Amino acid sequence: MATTSTGDIEKTKSVEVKKKLNVLIVDDDPVIRKLHEIIIKSIGGISQTAKNGEEAVNIHRDGNASFDLILMDKEMPERDGLSATKKLREMKVTSMIIGVTTLADNEEERKAFMEAGLNHCLAKPLSKAKILPLINNLMDA
Amino acid sequence: MDTLVAQLQRQFRDYTISLYHQGFLDDQFTELKKLQDECSPDFVAEVVSLFFEDCEKLIGNMARALDQTGNVDFSLVGSSVHQLKGSSSSVGAKRVKGLCVTFKECCDSQSFEGCVRCLQQVDIEYKSLKAKLQDLFNLEQQIVQAGGRIPQVDI
Repeated sequence: MATTSTGDIEKTKSVEVKKKLNVLIVDDDPVIRKLHEIIIKSIGGISQTAKNGEEAVNIHRDGNASFDLILMDKEMPERDGLSATKKLREMKVTSMIIGVTTLADNEEERKAFMEAGLNHCLAKPLSKAKILPLINNLMDA
Repeated sequence: MDTLVAQLQRQFRDYTISLYHQGFLDDQFTELKKLQDECSPDFVAEVVSLFFEDCEKLIGNMARALDQTGNVDFSLVGSSVHQLKGSSSSVGAKRVKGLCVTFKECCDSQSFEGCVRCLQQVDIEYKSLKAKLQDLFNLEQQIVQAGGRIPQVDI
């Protein structure tokens, strides 16, 4: 395991993360929030959680929030993922936003979610294998 | 002659495989185990515990919604089913997830009898899984207490 200068590159077991990620996990399900927290931790990132889209928007209201990545669930009470994503983009939030959908969502629903301002969409359940290449590709772009 | 550790490890392996073969667990549970390491040694037990708390809460919500005789809000029931399907999928609770698919269909078609039947089955199924995973975690503890390592099980 190699560690170089603080904050830039970490090697975690055999998985390389090119930059230490700061992630906002938005989901109304505590099981999924916990799972996503651990996945992010396992790839060397740190995370904060929000229980719904409204909380996610409120976290950004003072303009000081700075996340590299937002994992946004689609179906949530108070404010759903589509509405939260649109609002965050209106607020000029430039974080990568990955929408987390279910297999039950049809193509139109996924398309509408993407058009709200997502960078990408993944289907639940998330895993390290699903998310890591996507994060590395998006960070390179 | 097998040592106690070897016997326990074999029991653990056989029991784990049976949980997959009988459809209680799927690959997502394997993914959870892979995330468990020295930094998060109790991760699987924590997530599974959260899942069962979630089950109790959501089943309670569904039961209350279905108890409104003649005035059942099927969209409310469906919303809880949707959430349970998501969390069961995330921990690899295959049978519970499968029941949620049927349950959602009953909600969508506003079948009261179907919903009541599904609710009963979900309740039975999550309690059954809870007991089986408790047995599995107990076996892990016994192996560790006997000085052994928990074997990796390839499904």
